[in-house]
Amino acid sequence: MSLQDEQAQRLLKAWETPKGWRYWSTVNNSHIGLWYTVTAFAFFLFGGGLALLMRIQLAIPNNDFLSADQYNQIFTMHGSVMMFLFAVPIFEAISILLLPQMLGARDLPLPRLSAYSYWCFLIGGVFVCGSIFFDAAPRGGWFMYPPLTVAYQPGIGADIWLLGLSFIEVSSLAAAVELIVGVLKCRPPGMRLNLIPLYSWYILVVAAMILFAFPPLIAGDLLLELERAFDWPFFDARRGGDPLLWQHLFWIFGHPEVYIVFLPSVALVAMIVPTFARTPIVGYSWVVLAAVGTGFLSFGLWVHHMFTTGLPGISIGIFSAASQAVAIPTGIQLFCFLATLLVGRVVHSVSLLFVFGGLSTFIIGGLTGVMVAVAPFDFQAHDSYFVVGHLHYVLIGGAIFPVIAGCYYFAPMVTGKQLSERLGQWSFWLAIVGFNVTFLPMHLTGLLGLPRRVFTYPSGLGFETLNLISSVGAFVLAAGLLVFVFDILRPRRRQAWSPRNPWQAGTLEWLAEMPSRSWGIRSIPEIDSRYPLWDQPNFVRDVDEGRFYLPDAEEGQRETLITSTIDARIIYCLRVGGPTWLTFWAAIFTAGVFIFATYHWWVATGISGLLALATILVWLWTGTAVIPEKPRKHVGLGIDAPLYVSGPQAVGWWAMFITMLGDMTAFASLVFGYFFYWTIHDDFPPQPSPGPGLLWPLTGGTLVAFAWLCTCAARRWNRQERTLPFYVGVLLSVVLALTGGAAMLAGPWTSRLDPTAHVYPATVWVLVGWTVVHVALGALMNGYCTARRIAGRMTAEYDADITNVRLYWHFVALTTLVTVAVIAGFPRVS
Amino acid sequence: MPLTLELALGCARAWARDEAFHRHCLSDRRFMLDSARRSLGHRWSLGPVVGAWGAIVSFAATQAGCDRQQSTLAPAGREAQQIADLFWWMFGAGALIWLFMMGLGAYVLVSRRRPHSERQTRLFVIVGGAVLPTILLVILLCCGLAMLPRLVARAPTDSLTIDVHGVQWWWRVRYALADGESIELANEICLPVNEPVGFNLRSEDVIHSFWIPSIGGKVDMIPGRTTRLVLHPNRTGIFRGACAEYCGTSHALMNFYVRVVSRDEFDAWLARQKRDAVSPTEPSARRGAQLFVSSGCGACHTLRGTSARGRVGPDLTHFGSRHSVGAGILPNDRQSISHWLQRTGHIKPEVEMPDFHVLGEEQLADLAAYLEQLK
Repeated sequence: MSLQDEQAQRLLKAWETPKGWRYWSTVNNSHIGLWYTVTAFAFFLFGGGLALLMRIQLAIPNNDFLSADQYNQIFTMHGSVMMFLFAVPIFEAISILLLPQMLGARDLPLPRLSAYSYWCFLIGGVFVCGSIFFDAAPRGGWFMYPPLTVAYQPGIGADIWLLGLSFIEVSSLAAAVELIVGVLKCRPPGMRLNLIPLYSWYILVVAAMILFAFPPLIAGDLLLELERAFDWPFFDARRGGDPLLWQHLFWIFGHPEVYIVFLPSVALVAMIVPTFARTPIVGYSWVVLAAVGTGFLSFGLWVHHMFTTGLPGISIGIFSAASQAVAIPTGIQLFCFLATLLVGRVVHSVSLLFVFGGLSTFIIGGLTGVMVAVAPFDFQAHDSYFVVGHLHYVLIGGAIFPVIAGCYYFAPMVTGKQLSERLGQWSFWLAIVGFNVTFLPMHLTGLLGLPRRVFTYPSGLGFETLNLISSVGAFVLAAGLLVFVFDILRPRRRQAWSPRNPWQAGTLEWLAEMPSRSWGIRSIPEIDSRYPLWDQPNFVRDVDEGRFYLPDAEEGQRETLITSTIDARIIYCLRVGGPTWLTFWAAIFTAGVFIFATYHWWVATGISGLLALATILVWLWTGTAVIPEKPRKHVGLGIDAPLYVSGPQAVGWWAMFITMLGDMTAFASLVFGYFFYWTIHDDFPPQPSPGPGLLWPLTGGTLVAFAWLCTCAARRWNRQERTLPFYVGVLLSVVLALTGGAAMLAGPWTSRLDPTAHVYPATVWVLVGWTVVHVALGALMNGYCTARRIAGRMTAEYDADITNVRLYWHFVALTTLVTVAVIAGFPRVS
Repeated sequence: MPLTLELALGCARAWARDEAFHRHCLSDRRFMLDSARRSLGHRWSLGPVVGAWGAIVSFAATQAGCDRQQSTLAPAGREAQQIADLFWWMFGAGALIWLFMMGLGAYVLVSRRRPHSERQTRLFVIVGGAVLPTILLVILLCCGLAMLPRLVARAPTDSLTIDVHGVQWWWRVRYALADGESIELANEICLPVNEPVGFNLRSEDVIHSFWIPSIGGKVDMIPGRTTRLVLHPNRTGIFRGACAEYCGTSHALMNFYVRVVSRDEFDAWLARQKRDAVSPTEPSARRGAQLFVSSGCGACHTLRGTSARGRVGPDLTHFGSRHSVGAGILPNDRQSISHWLQRTGHIKPEVEMPDFHVLGEEQLADLAAYLEQLK
């Protein structure tokens, strides 16, 4: 056996997928990504089925196929499922599946986090969807506006929405952290930031958007659930609350959400177009800038969902302008794609057909989008069927058609077999005709005055025929999608394997062998082009013969390269986690917390929470920051790389940093809530409310600040091998943190702030509670570091644990500072 | 405002004011076809797609027949008129842009051509992707912003002001009278033509949205806030309004009627509404009046001039004069009233009013007779 074969054998062994029932303990991205994609698609079909039920109900006026309540549950679930269980997850799914291949990485940096995210998604999704079979589904619309969803809907439906979907949002955030770190740190050597595939740029932008868009919604969910479960009056106008705060928090999430759904599909288009034009993308940097610009702008548009809430003209004008401006970067991207096709020689395929169909549809959605961004027109169109037509043009044209194009394009890479061009053509024409027949008339239905979310409508106002046409179209569209599903699912045992790189693309993912191997890539290449398969000579041969990095797994470990953020120089060789059940159990117990809380079974919730915490601690203890048997290893091409780093070089540090950015965004949303109430009330805090006073918040804040300083010092002492000071410092910080947290709580407690009496005490309690939970978690982390040091799993040299915990404490200190300033300081200066 | 813009808007307004567009039910269908053909075809010459849309519009208009009571495209108010004009302009421009893009797409994908150089396409991307959209959007923004101040302005101080409260799932309407008093009715609004009218909008439970598509845009009704809307109805007739914000189970069944009449008719109407409820004369109605009392209807409903002073449900003082039963969902006749009383919760799911099927056919007929004569 040659050396090369031996290396290949060892590599295969290290990356082997478990067999039998243990298969489900696998964490490798290519499997998790596939499960994720299939699950998200299953939810899509479920949501589509709900849509067909609605179309049957609306086919004729005064229909009683569904009752009003059933219809309301169904339209709520249709929106929620499509947005939270399909649109966002499908992007993360496809990215988990494709990204490592595109970057020539063996896996994502935190594969177990992807597995955890997947299991959370599956359990949460089944829980939310299942509710409809028990007549217990949410019925407040996917936007859940209070006060309708508080006192007027007593069942558990709204709780299922709030807790079940928060749970899924947490899982989406986990995946977003994973993807950001993946793009920034797991690139092959030489792939500088200006060489990465456009797809990765989009993923970076979108994952960052998720990071800043989801936390405001999670904060809103928290407030709304607190109102539902404990009667804290955040949205109750009689006690100082305001339903509009929810709308702000929801749409600060909800508008970026549209681009979170749309941009990944453009990312797929940006991969497909150059391949079928046989030429590199034209205007790479323009496209990147446009994507980043879209991401930024999308956070400044949310108010256009609230034009009819009686806002002052000036805010309407500003947000109207911003909403129209977002059309410009979109235009630039479209023209770059057209220019690429102009420069190249176009090769026709079903993928390109779906891309073209998607874009031509999306342009209509974009144009009607500009129309509704013009506030006067929105006064008429808002909440009418015009908007239903508009948003489906955007989402189906901008997301679903490109995703199908992506499926046709990437199927050979994922399964090793091509989909049928003939069925693809059938699917395309049925879907595009059905789609337009369904949704084009809706614009007119809306202009004729039909509001959205109506379970029925009267005859005689011009709605009948248009609705009937829409209903017929919906079934044609469904037929088109079913042809596609059939094409995916049909048995293809006798079909020959696809040739390697069947589309003659230029990017790294097409190094995949047919059928693909579990190692992903035989050796991790050195890159100096955006299209290495086109531009770098003998590239495929060199990769296959293991002439690049990490062609071997001498120690039988799963390894991948971590490179620097900007210019992709090798930093270290990361050993990633292998198959485990821990992620599965952690997800089960985390799910327990949310599901039991839905039923207000607080004891079970607590137990489940403790079990989740314990499982996660075991997972961290056994699987992270493992001290290697040697400090460095040879990774190929004469380069020695360390096997362990801590601090900003390490992926764990980045994951913590990015997670905390999301965490701070949620906190900022709560603070925003405080100041929002301040702006709408003449006296806030309302006189003569005592407030939490100065003494206790300041005492608590000071103690927490000292806990933070002790943690920082402990890290330094640990690095200097001063063991005793380390233990003293780290344990002192635990004590300080706990007493500090207690002092913080004493503020509102001793001044008898009753959170159910008015929104002011409720807001104070929420800020204090949020801070205290973070401080307590910090104390727990310090305890964990102490145990690691005692067990010898952390040393002066290998100190990633305490370094990451210190980073966490920086954010805790900031959170505490802001909380104290707001609850104790602000009432005195305002 | 730039001259060209002024001209453009002027044209749109002129077209939209086209007399015949608003008039006469009988000729409406033929007229809509003509009008669509004339205005879409000639003035804009947008070709087949617009033609097709025009056909769809006129088709829809024939669908609506004489009852385009809820259409934003058959405006009966200044605001709706302006917005409809704006829509047609945006629609025309949008259709042109889309056709242009499709032409480009066809050229790129289908035509046989030599590949272009990358240098050539740079200008293409800059002009097509950035410069042209920016110019078009700036124009559009100016148009939109120019309209905005008048749409969000307060009503002139001496104008008619009406309080409307959204309640699950009906509308409480209150007219403030000159003498400081006020009268209340429900699910029906009467307006004098060609006069500004201000609405103070509030909610008594969840968020609703007040929308009369033919007369103007919508504004939400939010608990704890008062929102305002000013409308200028400019055509007499009967129009239909709806709740546009999802507000619970029977959101679809929360409608109302708006009657726009001449000033004289309005004054006469208001004078009639000021009076107390009429006493029944017909024997059946007299029995109905007793039933109204004995069944406890007065606990929720007010009949001015009688002992019924309930505030939970709609004021029924002049119920018989209204256009509909159950917030715009049934015609107002004896049969519908007794049907409504018998199957309230079935007709309007989860409505708070209990049904009175225990009363039996005859008694329901008496009650209906009583309610119907409350003109």
